[in-house]
Amino acid sequence: MSHLAKWLNNEKIQYVESVADWQEALVIAGRPLLSEGAISQDYIDAIIQQKEEIGPFFVIAPQIAMPHARPEQGAHKLGLSIVLLGTAVKFDSEENDPVKAIFMFAAPDSNSHIEMISELAEVLSDEAIMAQLFRVTRKEALITILSGV
Amino acid sequence: MKIMAVCGSGLGSSFMMEMNIKKVLKTIGVEAEVEHSDLGSVTPDVADIFVMAKDIAYSANLPEQKVIIINNIIDLKEVEQKIREYFEKN
Repeated sequence: MSHLAKWLNNEKIQYVESVADWQEALVIAGRPLLSEGAISQDYIDAIIQQKEEIGPFFVIAPQIAMPHARPEQGAHKLGLSIVLLGTAVKFDSEENDPVKAIFMFAAPDSNSHIEMISELAEVLSDEAIMAQLFRVTRKEALITILSGV
Repeated sequence: MKIMAVCGSGLGSSFMMEMNIKKVLKTIGVEAEVEHSDLGSVTPDVADIFVMAKDIAYSANLPEQKVIIINNIIDLKEVEQKIREYFEKN
């Protein structure tokens, strides 16, 4: 089992064929976190606003975005939400566009997410897992990879 | 010697960079203190080297010679190469 599994469930792993733009991708990623109360709408708005003001700094690697804002911008609980897009979408990242996998997280303070981010870093740097993940075309397969590795 | 990993929020990307920088320093046998912070809180005097993604390097008000730019922060090979280059030049 992936060490990420304990922060995930069926709602927080999504496969979406395509989105209109990067904003829609962020809204979809934020939805399960909103519904469980991990974040408020402000959180998603803050991410979108930061991207417009500073740039897509959360597009951390080719095809991978890790959108997040600060605890005081609407994060109430620790949360992780993963969206894989069938068709990659542009985030205006000079080096790493287009984005296919979105790992949105929320942290209520500066410490509680450390274990989760460490585990996430392990998965993201694992080329074999990521290659498998990018080939996925169904939600079930995505769940198997994220909870079975 | 102090290295500061910087990102927009000081929570996610910078923390992953901090972890990867620590791994790289171990590999290349360099000792340094590594921390992470957000773009808004860093000033040129808080560290000797600042590591960040290209996207925010433009907004950072830091001396160019103290900044290392990383394109793919989870790629250990790139992080190692950029840090090695920095130490060879300085």
